Amino acid sequence: MSTTSAPDQEKNEGVRRPGELNARELARWGWRQLTSMRTALILLLLLALAAVPGSLIPQDGVDSLKADQWREAHTTLTPIYEKLGLFNVYSTPWFAAIYLLLMVSLVGCIIPRCLVYARAMRAQPPATPAKLTRLPDSTTYVTDEEPAEVLAAARKQLRGYRIRKDDDGESVSAEKGYLREAGNLIFHMSLIIVLVAFATGSLFGYKGGVIVLVGEEYGFANELSQYDDFKSGSLFAPEDLDDFSFKIDDFKAEWLSTGAGAGTARGFNSKIRYTAGSSDEKTYDLRVNHPLTIGSTDVFLLAHGYAPVITVRDGEGNVAYSGPTIFLPQSQNLLSFGVVKAPYASPEEIGFQGLFYPFEGTVDGEPVNLMGDIGDGSHAMLSLQGFRGDLNLDAGPQSVYALDTSKANMMSPDETGKAFNLRLGETAELPDGLGSVSFDDVQQWNRVQISKSPGKEWALLGVSLALVGLLGSLFIRSRRVWVRARRVDGRTLVEIAALDRSGGGDTAAVVTGLAETLRGARTQEEKDV
Amino acid sequence: MSDHTWGVLSNQAITAAGVVYFLALLCALVEWSAWQSRARAAVAEKELVGAGAPADEADAPTNPAAAVREQRAALFGRLSLLLTAIAVACHLVALVGRGMAADPNRVPWGNMYEFTISGSFVVAAAYVALHRRLKLSWMAPWVLGFTVVVLMLAVVGLYEPVAPLTEALNSYWLVIHVIAAIIATGGFTLGGIASVTYLLKARFPDAALLARVPDLDNLDRVSYRIHAFAFPVWTFGVLISGPIWAHEAWGSYWNWDPKEVWAFITWVVYAGYLHARATAGWKGKKAAIVALIGLATLWFNFIGINYFSSTSQHSYAAPAAPAVVELTEGASR
Ligand code: HEM
Repeated sequence: MSTTSAPDQEKNEGVRRPGELNARELARWGWRQLTSMRTALILLLLLALAAVPGSLIPQDGVDSLKADQWREAHTTLTPIYEKLGLFNVYSTPWFAAIYLLLMVSLVGCIIPRCLVYARAMRAQPPATPAKLTRLPDSTTYVTDEEPAEVLAAARKQLRGYRIRKDDDGESVSAEKGYLREAGNLIFHMSLIIVLVAFATGSLFGYKGGVIVLVGEEYGFANELSQYDDFKSGSLFAPEDLDDFSFKIDDFKAEWLSTGAGAGTARGFNSKIRYTAGSSDEKTYDLRVNHPLTIGSTDVFLLAHGYAPVITVRDGEGNVAYSGPTIFLPQSQNLLSFGVVKAPYASPEEIGFQGLFYPFEGTVDGEPVNLMGDIGDGSHAMLSLQGFRGDLNLDAGPQSVYALDTSKANMMSPDETGKAFNLRLGETAELPDGLGSVSFDDVQQWNRVQISKSPGKEWALLGVSLALVGLLGSLFIRSRRVWVRARRVDGRTLVEIAALDRSGGGDTAAVVTGLAETLRGARTQEEKDV
Repeated sequence: MSDHTWGVLSNQAITAAGVVYFLALLCALVEWSAWQSRARAAVAEKELVGAGAPADEADAPTNPAAAVREQRAALFGRLSLLLTAIAVACHLVALVGRGMAADPNRVPWGNMYEFTISGSFVVAAAYVALHRRLKLSWMAPWVLGFTVVVLMLAVVGLYEPVAPLTEALNSYWLVIHVIAAIIATGGFTLGGIASVTYLLKARFPDAALLARVPDLDNLDRVSYRIHAFAFPVWTFGVLISGPIWAHEAWGSYWNWDPKEVWAFITWVVYAGYLHARATAGWKGKKAAIVALIGLATLWFNFIGINYFSSTSQHSYAAPAAPAVVELTEGASR
């Protein structure tokens, strides 16, 4: 933005020394280049080009998992890409440079035009050119009417036009479409509003996700430590988190049992109870496309799934693990994968990984999940692969959704290596007196996204204004029309010409139309006489 | 009518529309070739008369045979328009049928097949609607050829049985967003056809094949007008209703998702087109090229991103399953 001051400086300083002159001239030349239409055009195309890599290379901000996988798969390219910021294209300095230059160019282009426009608003339409017939769209005709009458009729016809007051007495100069330029200016200025609002959102906003179990005894309080994942802008501070908490009392989905969508769900509805700050508890039906707004924070329902309640007893009969265990859906019918870790079981650590079938049916001797609707739970099945020994928890932090089996041994209910298949309420003994595992109940969970995008209203206002301005600048025709009538050889010569200042207009039609009405009006009068 | 009947009706209507479009295309080609022979005849005449005869003499057919030919050409032109209108009506029936076949009833753009038939409907319907106003009859073979090919590709390559919308797609903001996107896509395509024709005419001004096409100024103006209509619609669809819906469905109004990035790129390129046209040096040819780059980004977004990018949340199917985990052999039994 420092370039903005260059022209001002020049005005303020009266004395010019030769050496400086060059520098100033260079600055002025640079400024003029930057604010030229051609530069705007090139910057626009450059911006489009610069946005491309971010759509082809996985972005950290969009899908960090994918970006990491990409990094692992391309070890030679990764360091180069890292240097160029290609995993974060939209926040790199070079991307910012393009749009900031565009904005500077925009401001430099728009301010002078605003001034010109302000003057034009007050000005009269320009005087009628001497040679109207030289204009691309013009026509002439000869009539016996008095010039004054023709001009009076023309003034009447040119409704909606601004008409020059001090014309030369033998012509009319009219102009319309002043709002076109206003629309154009509004459009471009609104783009600046949008950019500032968008930048505010990305600097101060955040977006986090958390899985919350359905039920009275669970819930979420808006603190950093409670989030499963959290991304924020660089100027975000943890104090910006709004103070609220909520519980999910109930969750319902409608399962389709017939038609092409059979087996899938719709109509998700979470009954939640929330308290914001010190206010009273309120309830809300949280649904897809119907976020809950608390203060300036929005809460969204993103996904749902099952959490089988699993209890593991160890060889000594103590409870080594117990509770609802979040299983992550692997497909639309909620066949889900999950992990159980009981590192304090004795005599050996015990772990399980496996699938949860909400509604299992056996097809060709293989278990198949028929749908996501658990119904009364009579077809729910948990199929767990057991492990004993070292779960490798000392090696460092592990995901709760993954089991490290590299140092553990598989254990099976019998010699054939099958998994432990449990129906609701069943318990299976582990081999060698290691204990038991039971499937006690099923609970549900919701994945909720919580985000704050400051400035979003301003962004919306900005684009809406931009659209209004754009419509004005594209569809308001800006046009000048001149009519001259004077005596030539005892008759009246009428010349009509028009100039379209907006491009795309059909001025020829305007000219012939006006000529026809003026002559037509006269013939009509003649008949009346 | 049952959902199934609606589905069958939709499929039959799309076939009927395809066949009638094809007949309309044949008529348009007959008209086109009549103009072509007229242009050739004019050239021949000019050679007979000798150099220096004004070219626009061709506009007035001088012998009776030419007059008959002229009449026949005009007849086929009208026939082509009539058939196109009928095909557009069938096309509309197909769209309505698609929406009625779903339970619950819905808008007909839940997947690529439906988006494609809706988009090509807009191209053809806009052509019929603007036919008189912008004098578009010269465009018939282009529009019809395009529509026939796209419909064929849709039916052969993209067809999917009717299915309900996934929950996130079930929003009236989505309806508004997609209507705007489809209308703008149809408009940009029509504008792009005018721009391609402009470039061809500029390159081969005397080609008999292009005799039916209006002059360059006219083409440039038609192209600009269609683009000027489509650009605000695109702005509304991509930068207003799209972000509003994204905010409701995903929790942030702009995610730099590949689909959004390309919609933005398209927007910027077309803004470039409008600038290019306003700047004296870039009128005509260069502006037409920018418009075609815009069209390429638009279609790439529709076709390319759906096939090549898996990070896009705009997959028309369900949201991707979270974290697919590999199971050790035999986990399930
Ligand atoms: C984000 C960047 C920009 C976008 C999206 C944009 C978009 C547009 C659009 C859509 C129009 C068409 C209106 C019409 O045809 O009358 C337009 C016109 C115009 N733009 Fe921009 N613009 C941008 C940046 C700039 C910049 C940086 C400048 C100045 C250097 C500029 C100067 C103009 C001018 C002077 C016109 C009016 C042309 C005329 O006289 O008809 N624009 N712009």
